[in-house]
Amino acid sequence: MSPRGRFIVRRLLLAIPVIVVMSVFVFLMIHLVPGDPVQTMLGFRATPHNVATVREQLGLDRPLLAQYLTWAGGLLHGDFGQDFISHAPVSTLLAQRLPVTIELTLLSMTLAVLVGVPLGVRAAARPGAVRHLSEGLVIAGIAIADFWLGIMLVLLFAGIWQVLPPSGYVPLLKDPIQNLRYLALPVVSLAFGETAYILRTTRGAMDEVLGTPYISFLRAKGIRERRIVYRHALRNAAAPIVTVVGIQFGVLLGGAIVIESLFALPGVGRLIVTSIQQRNYVVVQGGVLVVAALFILVTLLTDVLVGWLDPRIEEGAAA
Amino acid sequence: MSVAIPNVPARTSRRRGILTSRKGRVGFAILLALIAIAAFAPLIAPHDPNAIDAARILAPPDLAHPFGSDALGRDVLSRVIYAYRVSLGVAVGSTLLAFLFGVPLGLYAGYHGGWVDTLIMRPIDMVLALPALLLAVALIAIIGPGSDVALLAIAVIYLPILARVVRSSTLVVASQTYVEAARARGTPSRRIITRHVLPNAIGPAIVQATILMGFALQIEAALSFLGLGAQPPTSSLGVMLADGRDFLTQAPWIEIFPGVAIAITVLAFNFFGDGLRTRLDPRGVAR
Repeated sequence: MSPRGRFIVRRLLLAIPVIVVMSVFVFLMIHLVPGDPVQTMLGFRATPHNVATVREQLGLDRPLLAQYLTWAGGLLHGDFGQDFISHAPVSTLLAQRLPVTIELTLLSMTLAVLVGVPLGVRAAARPGAVRHLSEGLVIAGIAIADFWLGIMLVLLFAGIWQVLPPSGYVPLLKDPIQNLRYLALPVVSLAFGETAYILRTTRGAMDEVLGTPYISFLRAKGIRERRIVYRHALRNAAAPIVTVVGIQFGVLLGGAIVIESLFALPGVGRLIVTSIQQRNYVVVQGGVLVVAALFILVTLLTDVLVGWLDPRIEEGAAA
Repeated sequence: MSVAIPNVPARTSRRRGILTSRKGRVGFAILLALIAIAAFAPLIAPHDPNAIDAARILAPPDLAHPFGSDALGRDVLSRVIYAYRVSLGVAVGSTLLAFLFGVPLGLYAGYHGGWVDTLIMRPIDMVLALPALLLAVALIAIIGPGSDVALLAIAVIYLPILARVVRSSTLVVASQTYVEAARARGTPSRRIITRHVLPNAIGPAIVQATILMGFALQIEAALSFLGLGAQPPTSSLGVMLADGRDFLTQAPWIEIFPGVAIAITVLAFNFFGDGLRTRLDPRGVAR
């Protein structure tokens, strides 16, 4: 097998224990709830009979290992258990909500990359006004919390100027234009801090590459600066940028929990929060599992992509 | 990759002050002021934060109430000051807790290497493989909401970050000649760790913890905003933001000032942390 193939296989295998441990943690969540989880879940509806029924439904009366194996086996078949409030399968709830979260985070990351990378490149290539501007943006991006920015954007765009809806959602396939109108403020709120982070990373990576001898050599050869910056330097600065994009995807998924709640978007994050409030632990488990798995998948893809962009990493892993 | 750590002359340089940059000093000054506000809240707050005034419901800012009033006519400035006290407490407490456990773990993993390293770092890497805020929310789902639970949750997501930072600086310090010399002399490893490695390896962790402390305020606010942090009657900045949402267009001051307080704090910790870097994390300065 080629070193590249070996690297990818190795990386895939490394993800397996992470997924197993995470599933154990999520499985144990319901058992770690102080007191009796079924009693807590049912609250005032908890007659001894109800408690016994739900406990049996959830299989909580069986040995722990057997419970885990049944549960994990179900997951492999896409069975996340049943919501005890709506009695719908949790997998159905997740399938309805996952597209919203994915659309929100993907659009935010795309926006952040589309703004952050070019600004970062320019700030490094042509110091001056752009560099000052980028410095200000980075500071603002650090200081301003995403959900507070969201509140302020609602105040301006929905409250004062009334050009965008304050909250709500229309599915993408039903009406793409309305869908984007509803997502505009959430996406900008979530993307703002990310843009600053990607800008800073790009600027740093470009600063480093532009200072290397081979760039001076290209300049001495008389190659146009534009070509040097975008064709040669940016390609070599790409690996750290891609790495950061992958890692920061986790930050976006976390941020989506708050942003979805703020803008009443029916995504997995909001599902988790409302389910916590309802003590609907089975749904919380499913939501946490799906978001975590999504992030593990993204980091996996990032690592493979970085290995492809920077062959030195593969050699290091193969050695 | 081995990078030489310049032997920092401990005593002589301290006299010139630990903060060499203006940014660092500005951050430190703002932090002192903010800590004073939190500590002396009862003396500084102009009004009783819980005093309801039917005549001042959603009243805009004026001289006596510079931040305006909320839906119950309570003074927003006084409420921000008291809520800030709770939020800052959670931020500082959670970071200190993470520091207290994360630093020894990173130190032992980095110094001993081998299976000790694997045993400590594998679980830590597992935690880092999850979105941080998701982990915090999951922990709160288990234990139940509250500001003390939020404190614990933030500590859990910070611990791996600090342990990683300490581990990598420990790896560098442990390969230095003076550590080797101590080992050759037969100094017990516990003594080497506390006397030689710890003082030289802890700098970057202090810088990192300072910066994280600011961000903890954002996380606390987010958790409380979701109803997963501080619970009534305790108010934190996130609780204020959640309470004021329904009156956003009528009384934006309820939403603006808590956010500004968070932003200023995050920046102050950031500037201060960056300022400390020159002395405590010389390798990281270029970043």
